[in-house]
Amino acid sequence: MKRRNGPLFWLGMGVLSVIFIGPLLLVLLTAFKSQSESRTVPPTYFPSEWSLRAFDVLFFQDAASPVLRWFLNSMLAATMHAALVLVVCSLAGYALARMEFRFKKAIFGAIILTLFVPGFIFLMPNFLLLDKLGWLDQIWALVVPGAAGAFGVFFMRQFFMGLPRELEESARLDGAGPFRTWWSIVLPNARPALVTLGVLSYLANWNDFIWPIYVLFSPERLTLPAGLSRLQGAYTIDYPVVMAGAMLAAIPVLALYVFVQRYVIEGVASSGVKG
Amino acid sequence: MAVTTAQPTRPPSGATPAPGGRRSRGATSGIHGSRWTPYLFLSPFLLLFITFVAVPGVLGIWISLHDWDFLLPNKPFVGAQNYADLLDSGSPQFEAFWNGMKATGIFVVISVPFLVVLPLLLAILLNRRFPGRTFFRAVFFAPFVLGVAVVGLMWRYLLDPSFGMVNGLLSALGLPGDTAWTTEQPWAWISLAAVTVWWTIGFNAVIYLAGLADIPAEHYEAAEIDGATPWQKLRYITIPGLRPVLIFVVVTTVLASANMFGQSYLITRGGPGDSTRTAIMEITDLGLSQYRMGQASAMSYVLAVFLALISLVNVWALREKKS
Repeated sequence: MKRRNGPLFWLGMGVLSVIFIGPLLLVLLTAFKSQSESRTVPPTYFPSEWSLRAFDVLFFQDAASPVLRWFLNSMLAATMHAALVLVVCSLAGYALARMEFRFKKAIFGAIILTLFVPGFIFLMPNFLLLDKLGWLDQIWALVVPGAAGAFGVFFMRQFFMGLPRELEESARLDGAGPFRTWWSIVLPNARPALVTLGVLSYLANWNDFIWPIYVLFSPERLTLPAGLSRLQGAYTIDYPVVMAGAMLAAIPVLALYVFVQRYVIEGVASSGVKG
Repeated sequence: MAVTTAQPTRPPSGATPAPGGRRSRGATSGIHGSRWTPYLFLSPFLLLFITFVAVPGVLGIWISLHDWDFLLPNKPFVGAQNYADLLDSGSPQFEAFWNGMKATGIFVVISVPFLVVLPLLLAILLNRRFPGRTFFRAVFFAPFVLGVAVVGLMWRYLLDPSFGMVNGLLSALGLPGDTAWTTEQPWAWISLAAVTVWWTIGFNAVIYLAGLADIPAEHYEAAEIDGATPWQKLRYITIPGLRPVLIFVVVTTVLASANMFGQSYLITRGGPGDSTRTAIMEITDLGLSQYRMGQASAMSYVLAVFLALISLVNVWALREKKS
């Protein structure tokens, strides 16, 4: 009421917006430059001549770098990963929220304990397990191990505990078994939590870097982030091509974010308050 | 963790109440079904959890007690040798490991203060009432949804010492435009910390915002009636009110910075020299590129113990002090 937001406040908001969005726009513009223009001193900001060469190279010219394939690999892996997380975490989270059984506390405690164990501990042993399973250099290496994380189960359990029990009780009185109750009563009421967890899992998998660069080897099996980092390893970096590739990796997640930003932000916010 | 695999061997018929269980079974089980139903619901997750978390957690220790070269058939047991080597300045991995630990330590020390304070200021700004608040919150959070690969590649270009746009903009403003952002110290550390702030500021800001929403407005109104300055309100209302959130942010931010990998892998490539090769870079390079997994596993457990101790110290130092 007393606090008014003067011109200085709006100037600050404007400057901050430029800082957070400006670099992305500069990179997007670079993707439309020629290779020589990407290295001029002083740099140009808008391309003096708009060129689609970078996209042509990215998609059609370099057989050793099948970028469209990487894009599809990333999309497929992230989709399967998010689906797997949703299934296993909503099942396990429901059991932990609503059912009584032996060892419940021990099981829940063991799962929560791993929230505090840093992920790099698992790099070497999981690499060996994937080798034994024959999953190295396979999409399963990206889809499955990450779904064992504790966060999703914890997140779903917290959400289910907040749901009123009455709906489930009445389903039970109507003769529905536990699986049917879960599927047709509980899950439809858990849509916001499922969207949040699904999107967070999708983003994390799409963006994952350290794991795919070590468990994938064949050029045609790489994900987009892993592939792009190899493009950058070339002797002279063709920056318009690399920037076009970076935008190809950025635009799907930014587009997804525009549609579901409320879920993403609220999911992140809840991790701090509950955690 | 082995307990998770043990199914009940004796029928939990309800005739013998679980020790310590004061509530009656019938009232709390709520969901109709056989006694196996909970385990059926849990089994897909538990299968994954046991395979990819519980077993690897123990297997990693086993690996670290061997001279475990992934490419060699023989993996001789060496006891605690891999751990002892990390303390022996004559061993080949001594220098790499402590160089990595030093780099990780430097990054934590220079990045965490900014990653804790700047998001708090941003959150206080966003906590005011103004039109477009949700929009600006979404804009400032946007970089966080990008992966480290995108962030690293774009900033490597923007920060290029000769033709990068950061230097270009600085010289256009009449400032020195020849800073070696990625190839000289201390600029390389400053660049890595600044890029990390740009990338993740929205994450901590959103967590602070949720905490700020829980501070009652009456506290600020009362303070205003008493003529409190903005600084006093921050010091005596906002920060005490945020204490649990602040502990969470400090602990998780220290861990996140200690896990730094992609930024220096892509932006400085560990350089100049080996100065930005972090502990995680040393561990993955040794374990997953050179396949010397025994030594790398030992390093990862030592690093994990370090981080656990630091987290405990943080929680202890930030606890509510009763005077």
